Amino acid sequence: MTNFLEQTFNGLVSGSFLALLALGLAVIFGLLRVVNFAHGAIYMLGAFGAYVLADELGLSFWAALIAVPLGLAVVGVVLERAFIHRLTRLDPLYNFLLTFGLTLILQDLVKARYGVQSSPYAVPSALSGSVDLGLFEFPAYRVFVLAMSVAICVGVWALLTRTRIGMVVRAATERPELTRAFGIDVGRWITPVFGFGVALAGLAGVLAAPMRAVHPLMGADLIIVVFAVVVIGGLGSIFGSVAVGFVIGVLQVWAEAYAPESWRALIAQTLPFLLMAVVLLWRPAGLFGREETA
Amino acid sequence: MLRIDGLNAWYGEAQVLRDVALEVASGEVVTLCGRNGAGKTTLLRSVMGLHTQQRGAISLRGTDLTKKPAHSRARLGLGWVQDDRGSYATLTVTENLTLPPRVGPRSWSLDRIYEMFPNLYERRSSPATKLSGGEQQMLALARVLRMGAELLLCDEPTEGLSPLLVQRVGEILRLVKADGGTVLLVEQNLHFATTVADRHHLLAEGRVVESLDNTEVRNRERELLAYLGI
Ligand SMILES: Nc1ncnc2c1ncn2[C@@H]1O[C@H](COP(=O)(O)OP(=O)(O)OP(=O)(O)O)[C@@H](O)[C@H]1O
Ligand SMILES: [Mg+2]
Repeated sequence: MTNFLEQTFNGLVSGSFLALLALGLAVIFGLLRVVNFAHGAIYMLGAFGAYVLADELGLSFWAALIAVPLGLAVVGVVLERAFIHRLTRLDPLYNFLLTFGLTLILQDLVKARYGVQSSPYAVPSALSGSVDLGLFEFPAYRVFVLAMSVAICVGVWALLTRTRIGMVVRAATERPELTRAFGIDVGRWITPVFGFGVALAGLAGVLAAPMRAVHPLMGADLIIVVFAVVVIGGLGSIFGSVAVGFVIGVLQVWAEAYAPESWRALIAQTLPFLLMAVVLLWRPAGLFGREETA
Repeated sequence: MLRIDGLNAWYGEAQVLRDVALEVASGEVVTLCGRNGAGKTTLLRSVMGLHTQQRGAISLRGTDLTKKPAHSRARLGLGWVQDDRGSYATLTVTENLTLPPRVGPRSWSLDRIYEMFPNLYERRSSPATKLSGGEQQMLALARVLRMGAELLLCDEPTEGLSPLLVQRVGEILRLVKADGGTVLLVEQNLHFATTVADRHHLLAEGRVVESLDNTEVRNRERELLAYLGI
């Protein structure tokens, strides 16, 4: 029982990364209709950003936690203005290809500079111990990651449901044309929302640095799982993406812990895609998605 | 108030509006009728700035609209009631009402809206798509009232409504008119049209082929209904 709870907790921590990445992807897709393939590379840049700031400037994890997402938000804004914006009038495939190409470039640039081996990043000293959760002890850093992710997801949810900006973003996501006809300049929200989504990926990257291997391809595998998460949750559904992110995280860890020994890795890896296939056949719009409206 | 001149519109190669000229004076309620596919919705969408494959002159109170994006046109006083009612599933009834900015002095307060539409008040915190079709239509009308738009562009607001609700839409439109508002109404129900409007335009194959007043419509109702295929 204790072991089960511990594994579940691990799953939630692992799901935190999926949820944060899926959240950014969903916010971006909702408003821009752009599938940002570069999201995984930005997550990787987030982790490397933390590493470089520590290695070259001696900045702490806490400084990186603020500076890296902000810096990447600026990168996102520039990217949107310089490239993505120009392609939005064309088939969405163009932006998918653009961000795919960008991913390859970013990965290769980082590879050329830092190599393919993992770069070490220490757990911040304040969080290096463990926390007594009653039934079991748990690494403090992991508790922090989970708490931080939940707080951010709840914060974004509150922003979307409790503020006028959130209402406008929801409206523009659901019915862009009608929303313009109601006097709202939908285009004005596109760049900031893209920057925000990118910042979330960067933040996930910083959070990952102390507990996952920091290397150029760390985002490449993860992002494919995140795509599955977003599709299962329903493209553009914020709630669906976050909830499914945590659930997939838990299911993967359970599979690794409890599936028959020789099948573990295979089941854990293919599970998100099996679920995606089943959900797509059963509900093409995803668990929490809606059919498109004008 | 609204002046349209030489308006042509296309979908790809197919031309759906041909040299449409139309005027709506301040305080007037004018209908646009025509068979399915005649181009009524395209005309309203062109005025709203949502249909871009179009050419011609459109002005509101003398302000040229042709270069303005849809959101600026809304802020100049155009209120859009979309043919599918345009309810947001992700917004509550109250949010649906307060989403558009208030653009004119005639803007209704939320209290007045809810007094007029007690059903909406009862469902104010529900997602708008949980409302019945009739309630969603009331919501779409209430939304442009709350906006305080000077010129309402209503696309078949009575379509699919029960006779009782059609009457209700009539009351609302008459109230708008009494309040000094202006309406361009797409309407297939000719009898209803004569109870709310001052003038009527018949659109056929993208052209305005006839303009009639209420007496003419009443006298020729049978012929016109046969023409509209209703
Ligand atoms: N998105 C579109 N793409 C191509 N053709 C279209 C499109 N929308 C409308 N049309 C065509 O343009 C013409 C005018 O359509 P429109 O919707 O303006 O007619 P309408 O008078 O509003 O008809 P209805 O009474 O059915 O609402 C029709 O022939 C229709 O088939
Ligand atoms: Mg129509």
